[in-house]
Amino acid sequence: MMAAALTLICVGAAVFSPWLAPQNPFDAAALDLNAAFKPPAWVEGGEHAFLLGTDNQGRDILSTIMHGARISLGVGLASVALALVLGVSLGLLSGYLGGRLDAFLMRVADVQLSFPAILIALLIDGVARVALPSERHDEIAIPVLILSIGLAGWVHYARTVRGSTMVEREKEYVQAARVIGRRPLAIMLSHVLPNVMGPVLVLATINIGTAIITEATLSFLGVGVPATQPSLGTLIRVGNEFLLSGEWWITVFPGAALVILVLSVNLLGDWLRDALNPRLR
Amino acid sequence: MHLLKLESVSRDFDVSRPWLNRVIEREPRRLLRAVDRVSFEVTKGETLALVGESGCGKSTVARLIVGLHAPSEGRLEFHGRSMQMIFQDPYASLNPRWRVRKIIAEPMMFVKTEKTIDELLIQVGLSPDDAERYPHEFSGGQRQRISIARALAGEPDLLICDEPTSALDVSVQAQILNLMAELQERLGLTYVFISHNLAVVSLVADRVGVMYLGRVVELAGSAALFARPRHPYTRMLLDAVPDLEMSGKSRTPVAGEVPNPLAPPSGCAFHPRCPHANERCRREVPAFINGVACHAVEEGRI
Amino acid sequence: MILEVDHLKVQFPTRRGTLTAVDDISFSIAAGEVLGVVGESGAGKSITGMAVIGLLDPPGRIAAGEVRLEGQRIDNLPHEALRRIRGRRIGVIFQDPLTSLNPLYTIGQQLEETILTHLPLNRTQARERALSLLREVGIPAPEARYGNYPHHFSGGMRQRVVIALALAAEPRLLIADEPTTALDVSIQAQIIALIKRLAAERGAAVMLITHDMGVIAETAHRVAVMYAGRIAEIGPVRDVIHAPRHPYTAGLMGSIPRISSEQRRLVQIDGAMPRLNAIPPGCAFNPRCPKRFERCGVERPALLDAGTSRAACWLHAST
Repeated sequence: MMAAALTLICVGAAVFSPWLAPQNPFDAAALDLNAAFKPPAWVEGGEHAFLLGTDNQGRDILSTIMHGARISLGVGLASVALALVLGVSLGLLSGYLGGRLDAFLMRVADVQLSFPAILIALLIDGVARVALPSERHDEIAIPVLILSIGLAGWVHYARTVRGSTMVEREKEYVQAARVIGRRPLAIMLSHVLPNVMGPVLVLATINIGTAIITEATLSFLGVGVPATQPSLGTLIRVGNEFLLSGEWWITVFPGAALVILVLSVNLLGDWLRDALNPRLR
Repeated sequence: MHLLKLESVSRDFDVSRPWLNRVIEREPRRLLRAVDRVSFEVTKGETLALVGESGCGKSTVARLIVGLHAPSEGRLEFHGRSMQMIFQDPYASLNPRWRVRKIIAEPMMFVKTEKTIDELLIQVGLSPDDAERYPHEFSGGQRQRISIARALAGEPDLLICDEPTSALDVSVQAQILNLMAELQERLGLTYVFISHNLAVVSLVADRVGVMYLGRVVELAGSAALFARPRHPYTRMLLDAVPDLEMSGKSRTPVAGEVPNPLAPPSGCAFHPRCPHANERCRREVPAFINGVACHAVEEGRI
Repeated sequence: MILEVDHLKVQFPTRRGTLTAVDDISFSIAAGEVLGVVGESGAGKSITGMAVIGLLDPPGRIAAGEVRLEGQRIDNLPHEALRRIRGRRIGVIFQDPLTSLNPLYTIGQQLEETILTHLPLNRTQARERALSLLREVGIPAPEARYGNYPHHFSGGMRQRVVIALALAAEPRLLIADEPTTALDVSIQAQIIALIKRLAAERGAAVMLITHDMGVIAETAHRVAVMYAGRIAEIGPVRDVIHAPRHPYTAGLMGSIPRISSEQRRLVQIDGAMPRLNAIPPGCAFNPRCPKRFERCGVERPALLDAGTSRAACWLHAST
């Protein structure tokens, strides 16, 4: 119950940030450099208008966290959705049809797994930057980010689904469907898929957390979201520089927000898996 | 006119090691002949049983008939409208994520039928309420009933039953066998019944085919087979069945075990274990004559 | 008497209450005797076997009653003492020969380990003994196969090795839980004959647990028929099979297909064995019983004398 409430608050705050946040941190015109480096409201020198303080450009930390979380959550969900669709499809085909298709796909997967996900994401991102004119970089930065994290992550789903599919394929209910006359695609989608989705959904929700952290890492490294739309990772990086000079709030609050966001997403995943299991109904 | 006919049907499985390993280690391809030139016919309304121990190929024959495997050699002819199958494992033969209603309705996508799901459930001894439940809410025997209902939904002429009661308790088995007999009478069904249990086969079958290492070694009417078994393997099998009558009759102890199907014995596959084997049995595969494939029988030695 | 079980009760505490898997059963096995314990799934026969050797999976526990091995109580022994007895004086044969043997050790190693643990022999003597055991159970060319791993053997051969292991320390009691169920019928016959012969030669008591009445008919001297955690009937094999005194036993015998019979339909007992949490009051079989009367639904019958056997059925009440 507590977990559900927590998750709801976090996700709600993130999703509805444009309406809930006290300030729009992405609007350059609304910023006032005079308000820079204000500490949190309960510390001496802080103001109530800026509950968690401001950063080096006068942006309200609370608002920036909410907007940043929105971006992080959006990128996390979209990239996981991409990886999920791609990985589950390839895993199903590979596991059910076997043969050369399976051998080929698994070798591709093996090769990809030998590179760390971050590197792959960097690679795809780098290729995109080179391929596209620089004026458009900021515009498409987020879709490219989603694509790179998604493509970096399909392998685990494919592997898991392939293994489960190979087990289910030998089970008699699948053979019964073949006897009845169903075609392979129909069997894969209506019979096998519901029985292999369970572990994948759990993986997916954990991976939303990982995807969010990957995005944060990329933004921290400066190759993720553009600087004008900072996500939690960007904030952490920015705040890092000021950590030791006393303005601790710029990095600590975004960091805490990241942790809480990932935690609540994982709890949501656990609940989802149990809710979907017919045996526990 | 027969409903089903198999003509010299064989099935090989490629059990070679992966291509790369074979090339590096210079190993030849390995083929396992699971079914070897099996021929028989099934007439409408009868129950033909295929009996044998593990590895004899009876389940593979079932799958060949139903189309789950393609024959490597030989021909299958089916002159009926529709064929359905019942499987051995009641726990794996129903999709755990589907409700019973959906499970039973599946064959109806391909066959026009007047029957309703409720009717089918009642026909197999369940209640219409059960349509909304999931498989895990039922016992083994009840799940087999659901499987039977699903098969019936396809309006089959021929029903292939692969060890349908082997996983069930004896009293539940009795219920299911009685149900199947009743359905056969009422609906005019034809059964091909696969089993390793000779007692069950003696109850349900009109004709019995005995299989050993992929070949049919004897095929006869049920009463004749059990009263006067001709092939040495059939005799050995019948001898091995525990005697509930406790008549105290002496039994020849069975020798040896089923050989590795990848390296079957030359000539007659049973010769290493056969008390009547001679030189010819070691060299020559016996032809199937008059319902039995045995040199000793052909030569009048037994 | 080698084994005496007195009013044994095995319970499993669960979130929804306590389930009684075995409810007040008593029996005994003498030296050289084979007692068959037969029943359908859920009757409690395997749990009885596990309770006797102290291998109940927690939270299952012996809630009441006593188990005595050669007069000595073993159900209340501490783990260590029971473990020593298990290998030395009780031998166990389980159903699946594949999982009963450790796949990572050769059969020679496994035999030697068991022998050395329980008998005061040196390595050479242990090896000699292991080889002679393998010969006894019918493994051809035991010296050659001594260094083989379990997966090198077929199912029937593996089960023979398991029997050798069970007999390695010369146990007084042998518990066989569905020893032939996973084997082909021709191999089954060989294994049954083997168990019978070895037990007789050694004067060991055998508790043979199975659902297969045919195996009981071939092997056992006496049989106990279990239903819903209770003994429905117990007596000499010939009498129980040919002249059952309990309606459940009669129904069971009628539902077993036999080669020699002329029948076309089997006797059917409607319904199913009750689940442990839904056992009816009185006699557990009464809702399905064609001969029931009022007392059956009220009072649970004890095992009453009925000729040479005893049956838990009010039909045999003397009053």
